[in-house]
Amino acid sequence: MNFAQIENEIVEEFELFGDHWEARYEHLIDMGKSLPLIPEKEKTDDLLIKGCQSKLWLKSYFDGTLVTYMADSDAIITKGIAALIIRVLSHHTPDEIVQAELQFIDKIGLKEHLSPTRANGLVSLIKQMKLDALAYLSKSAKQ
Amino acid sequence: MLEESKIQTANIAEYRKDFPILSRQINNKPLVYFDNGATTQKPQVVIDAVSHYYEHLNANIHRGVHTLSQEITLAYEDARIKVQQHLNAAHSHEIIFTKGTTDAINLVAHSFGKKYFTSGDEILISAMEHHSNIIPWQQLCEEKGCELKVIPISDSGEILMDAFEELLTSKTKIVAITHVSNTLGTINPVKDMIACSHRKGIPVLIDGAQAVPHLAVDVQNLDADFYCFSAHKLFGPTGVGVLYGKEIFLNELPPYQTGGGVILSVDFQKTTFAPLPLKFEAGTPHIAGGIGLAAAIDYVNQIGLNNITTYEHYLLEHATNRLQEIEGVKIIGNANKKAAVISFIVDSCHPLDVGTLLDKQGIAVRTGHHCTQPLMKLLGIPGTVRASFAFYNTIDEIDVFAEALKKTIRLLK
Repeated sequence: MNFAQIENEIVEEFELFGDHWEARYEHLIDMGKSLPLIPEKEKTDDLLIKGCQSKLWLKSYFDGTLVTYMADSDAIITKGIAALIIRVLSHHTPDEIVQAELQFIDKIGLKEHLSPTRANGLVSLIKQMKLDALAYLSKSAKQ
Repeated sequence: MLEESKIQTANIAEYRKDFPILSRQINNKPLVYFDNGATTQKPQVVIDAVSHYYEHLNANIHRGVHTLSQEITLAYEDARIKVQQHLNAAHSHEIIFTKGTTDAINLVAHSFGKKYFTSGDEILISAMEHHSNIIPWQQLCEEKGCELKVIPISDSGEILMDAFEELLTSKTKIVAITHVSNTLGTINPVKDMIACSHRKGIPVLIDGAQAVPHLAVDVQNLDADFYCFSAHKLFGPTGVGVLYGKEIFLNELPPYQTGGGVILSVDFQKTTFAPLPLKFEAGTPHIAGGIGLAAAIDYVNQIGLNNITTYEHYLLEHATNRLQEIEGVKIIGNANKKAAVISFIVDSCHPLDVGTLLDKQGIAVRTGHHCTQPLMKLLGIPGTVRASFAFYNTIDEIDVFAEALKKTIRLLK
Protein backbone atom coordinates (compact mmCIF):
# COMPACT_ATOMS: atom_id res chain seq x y z
CA MET A 1 0.00 0.00 0.00
CA ASN A 2 1.15 3.51 -0.66
CA PHE A 3 1.09 6.26 1.97
CA ALA A 4 -2.29 7.63 0.93
CA GLN A 5 -3.90 4.20 1.16
CA ILE A 6 -2.51 3.54 4.63
CA GLU A 7 -3.52 7.00 5.74
CA ASN A 8 -7.05 6.49 4.45
CA GLU A 9 -7.24 3.21 6.28
CA ILE A 10 -6.30 4.96 9.55
CA VAL A 11 -8.74 7.82 8.92
CA GLU A 12 -11.56 5.35 8.29
CA GLU A 13 -10.72 3.46 11.47
CA PHE A 14 -10.95 6.62 13.52
CA GLU A 15 -14.14 7.75 11.77
CA LEU A 16 -15.84 4.63 13.05
CA PHE A 17 -15.68 6.10 16.56
CA GLY A 18 -17.54 9.27 15.62
CA ASP A 19 -17.41 11.85 18.37
CA HIS A 20 -16.62 9.39 21.14
CA TRP A 21 -13.32 10.67 22.43
CA GLU A 22 -12.98 7.73 24.81
CA ALA A 23 -13.16 5.27 21.93
CA ARG A 24 -10.69 7.27 19.82
CA TYR A 25 -8.21 7.37 22.65
CA GLU A 26 -8.81 3.72 23.51
CA HIS A 27 -7.94 2.87 19.93
CA LEU A 28 -4.85 5.04 20.08
CA ILE A 29 -3.80 3.42 23.36
CA ASP A 30 -4.31 -0.04 21.84
CA MET A 31 -2.13 0.99 18.92
CA GLY A 32 0.49 2.08 21.44
CA LYS A 33 0.36 -1.28 23.15
CA SER A 34 0.87 -3.10 19.85
CA LEU A 35 3.91 -1.02 18.88
CA PRO A 36 6.98 -3.13 18.09
CA LEU A 37 9.24 -2.20 20.95
CA ILE A 38 12.93 -1.45 21.01
CA PRO A 39 14.72 -3.98 23.25
CA GLU A 40 15.40 -2.42 26.67
CA LYS A 41 19.19 -2.58 26.39
CA GLU A 42 19.12 -0.74 23.05
CA LYS A 43 17.09 2.21 24.41
CA THR A 44 20.01 4.57 24.67
CA ASP A 45 19.84 8.33 25.08
CA ASP A 46 21.02 8.97 21.53
CA LEU A 47 17.75 7.47 20.28
CA LEU A 48 15.64 9.97 22.26
CA ILE A 49 13.54 12.44 20.29
CA LYS A 50 13.95 15.94 21.66
CA GLY A 51 10.98 18.19 22.36
CA CYS A 52 8.72 15.65 24.08
CA GLN A 53 7.40 15.96 27.64
CA SER A 54 7.58 12.18 27.79
CA LYS A 55 10.52 10.06 26.68
CA LEU A 56 10.32 8.83 23.10
CA TRP A 57 12.93 6.58 21.53
CA LEU A 58 13.13 5.91 17.79
CA LYS A 59 15.22 3.30 16.05
CA SER A 60 15.37 2.47 12.34
CA TYR A 61 16.74 -0.39 10.26
CA PHE A 62 17.51 -0.58 6.56
CA ASP A 63 17.68 -3.89 4.71
CA GLY A 64 19.04 -2.33 1.52
CA THR A 65 15.55 -1.76 0.08
CA LEU A 66 13.10 -0.84 2.86
CA VAL A 67 13.32 1.10 6.10
CA THR A 68 11.71 -0.30 9.26
CA TYR A 69 11.08 1.80 12.36
CA MET A 70 10.66 0.90 16.01
CA ALA A 71 9.77 3.22 18.85
CA ASP A 72 8.99 3.28 22.52
CA SER A 73 7.80 5.81 25.03
CA ASP A 74 7.12 5.96 28.74
CA ALA A 75 3.74 7.56 27.93
CA ILE A 76 1.12 5.37 26.27
CA ILE A 77 -0.60 8.08 24.21
CA THR A 78 2.77 9.16 22.85
CA LYS A 79 3.40 5.52 22.00
CA GLY A 80 0.07 5.35 20.20
CA ILE A 81 0.86 8.39 18.11
CA ALA A 82 4.30 6.97 17.28
CA ALA A 83 2.63 3.68 16.30
CA LEU A 84 0.36 5.49 13.83
CA ILE A 85 3.26 7.30 12.16
CA ILE A 86 5.29 4.09 12.01
CA ARG A 87 2.37 2.25 10.47
CA VAL A 88 2.38 4.82 7.66
CA LEU A 89 6.11 5.29 7.10
CA SER A 90 7.65 1.93 7.95
CA HIS A 91 8.44 -0.61 5.20
CA HIS A 92 8.98 1.96 2.48
CA THR A 93 12.08 2.94 0.56
CA PRO A 94 14.21 5.78 1.91
CA ASP A 95 13.33 7.84 -1.14
CA GLU A 96 9.58 7.42 -0.57
CA ILE A 97 9.92 8.31 3.10
CA VAL A 98 11.92 11.46 2.40
CA GLN A 99 9.24 12.58 -0.10
CA ALA A 100 6.26 11.63 2.08
CA GLU A 101 3.74 14.27 3.05
CA LEU A 102 1.56 13.09 5.91
CA GLN A 103 -2.04 14.25 5.93
CA PHE A 104 -3.82 11.88 8.27
CA ILE A 105 -2.90 13.52 11.57
CA ASP A 106 -5.18 16.44 10.69
CA LYS A 107 -7.89 14.16 9.35
CA ILE A 108 -8.24 11.92 12.38
CA GLY A 109 -8.81 14.97 14.54
CA LEU A 110 -5.81 14.25 16.72
CA LYS A 111 -3.81 17.35 16.06
CA GLU A 112 -6.44 19.66 17.55
CA HIS A 113 -6.20 17.63 20.74
CA LEU A 114 -2.44 17.63 20.87
CA SER A 115 -0.93 20.15 23.23
CA PRO A 116 1.78 22.31 21.65
CA THR A 117 4.35 20.19 23.49
CA ARG A 118 2.93 17.05 21.92
CA ALA A 119 2.65 18.68 18.51
CA ASN A 120 6.33 19.69 18.72
CA GLY A 121 7.27 16.17 19.68
CA LEU A 122 5.31 14.84 16.72
CA VAL A 123 7.08 17.19 14.32
CA SER A 124 10.43 16.15 15.81
CA LEU A 125 9.55 12.48 15.43
CA ILE A 126 8.61 12.75 11.75
CA LYS A 127 11.69 14.88 11.12
CA GLN A 128 13.96 12.27 12.70
CA MET A 129 12.33 9.47 10.69
CA LYS A 130 12.98 11.42 7.50
CA LEU A 131 16.55 12.20 8.58
CA ASP A 132 17.19 8.51 9.14
CA ALA A 133 15.77 7.75 5.69
CA LEU A 134 17.91 10.48 4.17
CA ALA A 135 21.01 8.96 5.77
CA TYR A 136 20.15 5.55 4.26
CA LEU A 137 19.49 7.24 0.92
CA SER A 138 22.88 8.90 0.78
CA LYS A 139 24.54 5.71 2.01
CA SER A 140 22.95 3.60 -0.74
CA ALA A 141 23.76 6.30 -3.33
CA LYS A 142 27.45 6.00 -2.42
CA GLN A 143 27.47 2.23 -2.78
CA MET B 1 -13.76 25.38 61.17
CA LEU B 2 -16.43 23.23 59.58
CA GLU B 3 -19.07 25.88 60.31
CA GLU B 4 -16.92 28.51 58.67
CA SER B 5 -16.35 26.26 55.66
CA LYS B 6 -20.10 25.83 55.26
CA ILE B 7 -20.57 29.57 55.14
CA GLN B 8 -17.80 29.82 52.58
CA THR B 9 -19.28 27.07 50.43
CA ALA B 10 -22.52 29.00 50.23
CA ASN B 11 -20.63 32.06 49.03
CA ILE B 12 -18.49 30.30 46.46
CA ALA B 13 -21.26 30.21 43.84
CA GLU B 14 -21.41 34.00 44.11
CA TYR B 15 -17.64 34.43 43.93
CA ARG B 16 -17.48 32.23 40.86
CA LYS B 17 -19.71 34.68 39.01
CA ASP B 18 -16.94 37.25 39.40
CA PHE B 19 -14.71 35.15 37.11
CA PRO B 20 -16.01 35.18 33.50
CA ILE B 21 -13.70 32.38 32.34
CA LEU B 22 -15.14 29.92 34.86
CA SER B 23 -18.32 29.66 32.80
CA ARG B 24 -16.41 28.32 29.80
CA GLN B 25 -16.93 24.83 28.41
CA ILE B 26 -13.83 22.80 27.55
CA ASN B 27 -14.32 19.81 25.24
CA ASN B 28 -18.07 20.21 25.83
CA LYS B 29 -17.66 19.93 29.59
CA PRO B 30 -17.79 22.68 32.20
CA LEU B 31 -14.25 23.88 32.86
CA VAL B 32 -12.75 22.55 36.08
CA TYR B 33 -9.74 24.76 36.57
CA PHE B 34 -7.20 23.11 38.87
CA ASP B 35 -4.06 24.77 37.54
CA ASN B 36 -4.09 27.72 39.90
CA GLY B 37 -0.49 27.08 40.89
CA ALA B 38 0.51 28.00 37.35
CA THR B 39 -1.76 31.03 37.18
CA THR B 40 -5.06 32.04 38.72
CA GLN B 41 -8.10 33.31 36.84
CA LYS B 42 -9.00 37.00 36.88
CA PRO B 43 -12.12 38.49 38.44
CA GLN B 44 -14.08 41.05 36.44
CA VAL B 45 -12.90 43.86 38.73
CA VAL B 46 -9.28 43.21 37.72
CA ILE B 47 -10.17 43.01 34.02
CA ASP B 48 -12.14 46.24 34.40
CA ALA B 49 -9.32 48.02 36.22
CA VAL B 50 -6.90 47.16 33.42
CA SER B 51 -9.38 48.23 30.71
CA HIS B 52 -10.24 51.40 32.61
CA TYR B 53 -6.57 52.31 32.73
CA TYR B 54 -6.18 52.00 28.96
CA GLU B 55 -9.52 53.67 28.25
CA HIS B 56 -9.34 56.59 30.65
CA LEU B 57 -6.01 56.95 32.42
CA ASN B 58 -3.26 55.99 29.99
CA ALA B 59 -0.16 58.18 30.25
CA ASN B 60 3.40 57.57 31.34
CA ILE B 61 4.15 57.89 35.02
CA HIS B 62 6.56 59.92 37.14
CA ARG B 63 7.73 62.54 34.67
CA GLY B 64 4.77 64.31 33.10
CA VAL B 65 3.42 67.61 34.37
CA HIS B 66 0.12 67.11 32.62
CA THR B 67 -3.01 65.96 34.43
CA LEU B 68 -3.19 62.45 32.98
CA SER B 69 0.40 61.72 33.93
CA GLN B 70 -0.16 63.04 37.44
CA GLU B 71 -3.35 61.02 37.86
CA ILE B 72 -1.79 57.76 36.79
CA THR B 73 1.38 58.40 38.81
CA LEU B 74 -0.82 58.75 41.89
CA ALA B 75 -2.78 55.61 41.01
CA TYR B 76 0.42 53.62 40.42
CA GLU B 77 1.93 54.82 43.70
CA ASP B 78 -1.36 53.96 45.43
CA ALA B 79 -0.95 50.46 44.06
CA ARG B 80 2.48 50.34 45.68
CA ILE B 81 0.97 51.42 49.00
CA LYS B 82 -1.69 48.76 48.61
CA VAL B 83 1.01 46.11 48.19
CA GLN B 84 2.89 47.54 51.17
CA GLN B 85 -0.20 47.26 53.34
CA HIS B 86 -0.98 43.81 52.00
CA LEU B 87 2.46 42.51 53.00
CA ASN B 88 2.61 44.78 56.04
CA ALA B 89 5.92 46.28 54.90
CA ALA B 90 7.24 49.20 56.93
CA HIS B 91 7.61 51.54 53.96
CA SER B 92 6.09 51.78 50.49
CA HIS B 93 9.54 52.36 48.99
CA GLU B 94 10.46 48.85 50.12
CA ILE B 95 8.07 47.60 47.44
CA ILE B 96 9.74 47.24 44.05
CA PHE B 97 7.57 46.41 41.06
CA THR B 98 9.14 43.71 38.90
CA LYS B 99 8.04 41.52 36.01
CA GLY B 100 7.27 38.73 38.46
CA THR B 101 8.85 36.45 41.05
CA THR B 102 11.53 35.21 38.65
CA ASP B 103 12.54 38.77 37.84
CA ALA B 104 12.60 39.67 41.55
CA ILE B 105 14.91 36.76 42.40
CA ASN B 106 17.15 37.63 39.47
CA LEU B 107 17.29 41.19 40.75
CA VAL B 108 18.45 40.11 44.20
CA ALA B 109 20.88 37.48 42.87
CA HIS B 110 22.40 40.08 40.59
CA SER B 111 22.52 43.12 42.86
CA PHE B 112 23.13 41.37 46.17
CA GLY B 113 25.66 39.08 44.51
CA LYS B 114 27.50 41.99 42.92
CA LYS B 115 27.73 43.84 46.21
CA TYR B 116 28.45 41.12 48.73
CA PHE B 117 29.69 37.90 47.12
CA THR B 118 33.25 36.75 46.72
CA SER B 119 34.81 33.45 45.77
CA GLY B 120 34.16 30.66 48.27
CA ASP B 121 30.88 32.13 49.59
CA GLU B 122 27.85 29.89 49.86
CA ILE B 123 24.19 30.27 48.97
CA LEU B 124 21.71 28.04 50.76
CA ILE B 125 18.53 26.88 49.04
CA SER B 126 16.27 23.86 49.63
CA ALA B 127 15.75 20.70 47.59
CA MET B 128 12.19 21.76 46.73
CA GLU B 129 13.00 25.04 44.99
CA HIS B 130 11.49 26.08 41.67
CA HIS B 131 14.04 26.54 38.87
CA SER B 132 13.53 30.30 39.33
CA ASN B 133 15.08 30.05 42.77
CA ILE B 134 17.93 27.81 41.61
CA ILE B 135 19.25 29.06 38.30
CA PRO B 136 19.85 32.75 39.18
CA TRP B 137 21.97 31.57 42.14
CA GLN B 138 23.73 28.95 40.04
CA GLN B 139 24.66 31.62 37.52
CA LEU B 140 25.96 33.78 40.32
CA CYS B 141 28.03 30.86 41.62
CA GLU B 142 29.61 30.37 38.22
CA GLU B 143 30.38 34.04 37.90
CA LYS B 144 31.78 34.56 41.40
CA GLY B 145 33.17 31.13 42.23
CA CYS B 146 30.59 30.54 44.96
CA GLU B 147 28.89 27.33 45.96
CA LEU B 148 25.21 26.41 46.00
CA LYS B 149 24.27 24.34 49.06
CA VAL B 150 21.01 22.43 49.23
CA ILE B 151 18.96 21.69 52.36
CA PRO B 152 17.65 18.13 52.17
CA ILE B 153 13.99 17.26 52.71
CA SER B 154 12.20 14.33 54.35
CA ASP B 155 10.18 11.69 52.51
CA SER B 156 7.02 13.57 53.37
CA GLY B 157 8.44 16.69 51.70
CA GLU B 158 9.49 18.76 54.71
CA ILE B 159 12.73 20.62 55.21
CA LEU B 160 15.10 18.84 57.58
CA MET B 161 15.67 21.58 60.12
CA ASP B 162 18.72 19.98 61.75
CA ALA B 163 20.44 19.70 58.39
CA PHE B 164 19.45 23.29 57.64
CA GLU B 165 21.09 24.58 60.81
CA GLU B 166 24.23 22.60 60.08
CA LEU B 167 24.43 24.06 56.60
CA LEU B 168 24.31 27.64 57.92
CA THR B 169 27.99 28.46 58.22
CA SER B 170 30.23 31.48 58.26
CA LYS B 171 30.48 31.06 54.47
CA THR B 172 26.69 31.36 53.93
CA LYS B 173 25.90 34.77 52.44
CA ILE B 174 22.19 34.34 51.80
CA VAL B 175 19.41 31.79 52.32
CA ALA B 176 16.80 31.60 49.54
CA ILE B 177 13.76 29.46 50.33
CA THR B 178 10.31 28.96 48.96
CA HIS B 179 7.47 29.75 51.35
CA VAL B 180 5.19 27.14 49.76
CA SER B 181 6.43 24.39 47.43
CA ASN B 182 4.75 24.62 44.02
CA THR B 183 5.14 20.86 43.54
CA LEU B 184 4.55 19.41 47.00
CA GLY B 185 2.38 22.07 48.59
CA THR B 186 4.56 22.08 51.72
CA ILE B 187 4.31 25.27 53.78
CA ASN B 188 7.84 25.78 55.03
CA PRO B 189 8.51 27.10 58.54
CA VAL B 190 10.03 30.25 57.07
CA LYS B 191 9.63 32.32 60.24
CA ASP B 192 11.77 29.85 62.20
CA MET B 193 14.24 29.55 59.35
CA ILE B 194 14.61 33.31 59.14
CA ALA B 195 15.13 33.59 62.91
CA CYS B 196 17.69 30.82 62.75
CA SER B 197 19.57 32.48 59.87
CA HIS B 198 19.44 35.90 61.53
CA ARG B 199 21.03 34.49 64.68
CA LYS B 200 24.05 33.87 62.47
CA GLY B 201 23.67 37.22 60.71
CA ILE B 202 22.56 35.74 57.40
CA PRO B 203 19.85 37.46 55.35
CA VAL B 204 16.96 35.49 53.86
CA LEU B 205 14.98 35.74 50.63
CA ILE B 206 11.56 34.11 50.55
CA ASP B 207 9.98 33.04 47.26
CA GLY B 208 6.35 33.73 48.05
CA ALA B 209 4.89 32.98 44.60
CA GLN B 210 2.81 30.04 45.88
CA ALA B 211 2.14 31.46 49.34
CA VAL B 212 0.61 34.85 48.65
CA PRO B 213 -2.56 33.46 46.98
CA HIS B 214 -3.24 31.12 49.92
CA LEU B 215 -1.98 32.77 53.13
CA ALA B 216 -1.86 36.16 54.77
CA VAL B 217 1.80 37.24 54.67
CA ASP B 218 3.32 39.75 57.06
CA VAL B 219 6.91 40.46 56.08
CA GLN B 220 7.68 42.31 59.32
CA ASN B 221 6.34 39.48 61.43
CA LEU B 222 8.36 36.98 59.39
CA ASP B 223 11.32 39.39 59.51
CA ALA B 224 12.08 38.46 55.87
CA ASP B 225 14.86 40.47 54.27
CA PHE B 226 13.46 39.89 50.78
CA TYR B 227 10.06 38.52 49.81
CA CYS B 228 8.74 38.19 46.28
CA PHE B 229 5.58 37.15 44.48
CA SER B 230 3.81 37.39 41.11
CA ALA B 231 0.55 39.26 40.58
CA HIS B 232 -0.86 36.67 38.18
CA LYS B 233 -0.93 33.99 40.86
CA LEU B 234 -2.92 36.39 43.05
CA PHE B 235 -5.79 36.90 40.56
CA GLY B 236 -3.94 39.87 39.01
CA PRO B 237 -2.41 40.46 35.56
CA THR B 238 0.59 38.61 34.13
CA GLY B 239 3.90 40.40 33.67
CA VAL B 240 3.99 42.18 37.01
CA GLY B 241 5.27 41.12 40.39
CA VAL B 242 6.74 42.43 43.57
CA LEU B 243 10.03 42.40 45.36
CA TYR B 244 9.83 43.46 48.97
CA GLY B 245 13.25 44.26 50.42
CA LYS B 246 14.23 45.79 53.70
CA GLU B 247 15.21 49.40 53.18
CA ILE B 248 18.60 48.82 54.74
CA PHE B 249 19.47 46.28 52.02
CA LEU B 250 17.79 47.98 49.10
CA ASN B 251 19.64 51.22 49.80
CA GLU B 252 22.95 49.40 49.71
CA LEU B 253 22.38 47.33 46.57
CA PRO B 254 23.43 48.57 43.14
CA PRO B 255 20.69 48.84 40.46
CA TYR B 256 19.82 45.70 38.52
CA GLN B 257 18.94 47.27 35.21
CA THR B 258 19.67 50.83 34.24
CA GLY B 259 18.07 53.30 31.88
CA GLY B 260 15.15 55.70 32.06
CA GLY B 261 13.53 56.36 35.41
CA VAL B 262 16.32 55.14 37.68
CA ILE B 263 18.34 58.33 37.84
CA LEU B 264 18.65 61.61 39.64
CA SER B 265 21.15 63.03 37.19
CA VAL B 266 23.21 61.78 34.27
CA ASP B 267 26.24 63.18 32.53
CA PHE B 268 28.66 61.29 30.34
CA GLN B 269 31.06 60.77 33.24
CA LYS B 270 28.72 59.67 35.98
CA THR B 271 25.13 58.78 36.84
CA THR B 272 23.53 59.47 40.20
CA PHE B 273 20.76 57.01 40.89
CA ALA B 274 17.32 57.88 42.17
CA PRO B 275 16.31 56.90 45.70
CA LEU B 276 14.12 53.87 46.37
CA PRO B 277 12.05 52.44 44.83
CA LEU B 278 12.81 54.02 41.45
CA LYS B 279 16.45 52.92 41.54
CA PHE B 280 15.24 49.41 40.73
CA GLU B 281 12.54 50.26 38.21
CA ALA B 282 14.29 51.03 34.92
CA GLY B 283 12.13 51.84 31.93
CA THR B 284 8.39 52.34 31.71
CA PRO B 285 6.88 49.74 34.01
CA HIS B 286 3.81 47.57 33.49
CA ILE B 287 1.49 50.35 34.65
CA ALA B 288 -1.71 48.49 33.81
CA GLY B 289 -0.31 45.50 35.68
CA GLY B 290 0.27 47.54 38.82
CA ILE B 291 -3.26 48.96 38.64
CA GLY B 292 -4.66 45.47 38.07
CA LEU B 293 -2.69 44.09 41.00
CA ALA B 294 -4.14 46.76 43.29
CA ALA B 295 -7.64 45.73 42.18
CA ALA B 296 -6.79 42.07 42.80
CA ILE B 297 -5.56 42.84 46.32
CA ASP B 298 -8.77 44.73 47.09
CA TYR B 299 -10.78 41.84 45.75
CA VAL B 300 -8.93 39.23 47.81
CA ASN B 301 -9.13 41.32 50.96
CA GLN B 302 -12.85 41.67 50.55
CA ILE B 303 -13.09 37.89 50.84
CA GLY B 304 -10.36 37.74 53.46
CA LEU B 305 -7.22 35.65 53.17
CA ASN B 306 -7.95 33.88 56.44
CA ASN B 307 -11.31 32.78 55.04
CA ILE B 308 -9.55 31.66 51.87
CA THR B 309 -6.98 29.65 53.84
CA THR B 310 -9.70 27.91 55.85
CA TYR B 311 -11.85 27.10 52.84
CA GLU B 312 -8.93 25.90 50.73
CA HIS B 313 -7.81 23.62 53.53
CA TYR B 314 -11.26 22.07 53.40
CA LEU B 315 -10.83 21.57 49.63
CA LEU B 316 -7.39 20.04 50.11
CA GLU B 317 -8.66 17.60 52.73
CA HIS B 318 -11.51 16.51 50.50
CA ALA B 319 -9.23 16.10 47.48
CA THR B 320 -6.72 14.14 49.55
CA ASN B 321 -9.45 11.80 50.77
CA ARG B 322 -10.88 11.32 47.30
CA LEU B 323 -7.48 10.58 45.77
CA GLN B 324 -6.55 8.17 48.53
CA GLU B 325 -9.64 6.12 47.66
CA ILE B 326 -8.44 5.52 44.11
CA GLU B 327 -6.32 2.43 43.61
CA GLY B 328 -2.88 3.06 42.15
CA VAL B 329 -2.81 6.76 43.07
CA LYS B 330 0.07 7.93 45.23
CA ILE B 331 0.15 11.43 46.64
CA ILE B 332 3.55 13.07 46.42
CA GLY B 333 4.14 15.45 49.31
CA ASN B 334 2.55 14.66 52.64
CA ALA B 335 3.82 17.49 54.77
CA ASN B 336 2.01 18.33 57.96
CA LYS B 337 1.30 21.84 56.77
CA LYS B 338 0.23 22.11 53.16
CA ALA B 339 -1.31 24.77 50.95
CA ALA B 340 -4.05 23.77 48.51
CA VAL B 341 -1.72 21.95 46.13
CA ILE B 342 -1.86 18.21 45.59
CA SER B 343 0.63 16.33 43.45
CA PHE B 344 0.22 12.67 42.64
CA ILE B 345 1.37 9.86 40.42
CA VAL B 346 -0.62 6.91 39.12
CA ASP B 347 0.84 3.41 38.94
CA SER B 348 2.12 2.65 35.42
CA CYS B 349 0.49 5.76 33.96
CA HIS B 350 2.58 8.66 32.65
CA PRO B 351 1.50 12.04 34.06
CA LEU B 352 1.26 13.38 30.50
CA ASP B 353 -1.28 10.70 29.57
CA VAL B 354 -3.30 11.38 32.72
CA GLY B 355 -3.29 15.13 32.03
CA THR B 356 -4.29 14.61 28.39
CA LEU B 357 -7.29 12.47 29.25
CA LEU B 358 -8.38 14.73 32.13
CA ASP B 359 -8.33 17.64 29.70
CA LYS B 360 -10.66 15.69 27.42
CA GLN B 361 -13.08 15.76 30.38
CA GLY B 362 -12.76 19.52 30.88
CA ILE B 363 -10.28 19.36 33.74
CA ALA B 364 -7.17 21.52 33.68
CA VAL B 365 -4.28 20.15 35.74
CA ARG B 366 -0.55 20.52 35.34
CA THR B 367 1.68 17.59 34.43
CA GLY B 368 5.42 17.18 34.35
CA HIS B 369 8.27 18.36 36.52
CA HIS B 370 6.69 21.72 37.48
CA CYS B 371 10.05 23.46 36.98
CA THR B 372 11.47 21.44 39.88
CA GLN B 373 13.60 18.92 37.99
CA PRO B 374 16.14 18.44 40.81
CA LEU B 375 13.26 17.57 43.16
CA MET B 376 11.86 15.07 40.64
CA LYS B 377 15.28 13.41 40.35
CA LEU B 378 15.48 13.24 44.13
CA LEU B 379 12.06 11.59 44.30
CA GLY B 380 13.00 9.28 41.41
CA ILE B 381 9.93 10.12 39.31
CA PRO B 382 9.64 11.71 35.85
CA GLY B 383 6.94 14.08 37.00
CA THR B 384 3.60 14.30 38.70
CA VAL B 385 0.06 15.37 37.99
CA ARG B 386 -0.70 18.45 40.05
CA ALA B 387 -4.09 19.80 41.02
CA SER B 388 -3.81 23.22 42.63
CA PHE B 389 -6.86 24.97 44.00
CA ALA B 390 -8.13 28.48 44.47
CA PHE B 391 -11.02 29.69 46.62
CA TYR B 392 -13.37 29.58 43.61
CA ASN B 393 -13.01 25.81 43.31
CA THR B 394 -15.68 23.60 44.83
CA ILE B 395 -16.16 20.25 46.48
CA ASP B 396 -18.33 19.27 43.49
CA GLU B 397 -15.47 20.00 41.12
CA ILE B 398 -13.18 17.77 43.17
CA ASP B 399 -15.77 14.99 42.89
CA VAL B 400 -15.99 15.48 39.11
CA PHE B 401 -12.20 15.36 39.01
CA ALA B 402 -12.02 12.16 41.08
CA GLU B 403 -14.53 10.41 38.81
CA ALA B 404 -12.73 11.66 35.69
CA LEU B 405 -9.46 10.38 37.10
CA LYS B 406 -10.97 6.93 37.67
CA LYS B 407 -12.17 6.88 34.06
CA THR B 408 -8.73 8.04 32.88
CA ILE B 409 -7.02 5.22 34.74
CA ARG B 410 -9.48 2.69 33.29
CA LEU B 411 -8.67 3.92 29.78
CA LEU B 412 -4.93 3.88 30.30
CA LYS B 413 -4.69 0.42 31.82
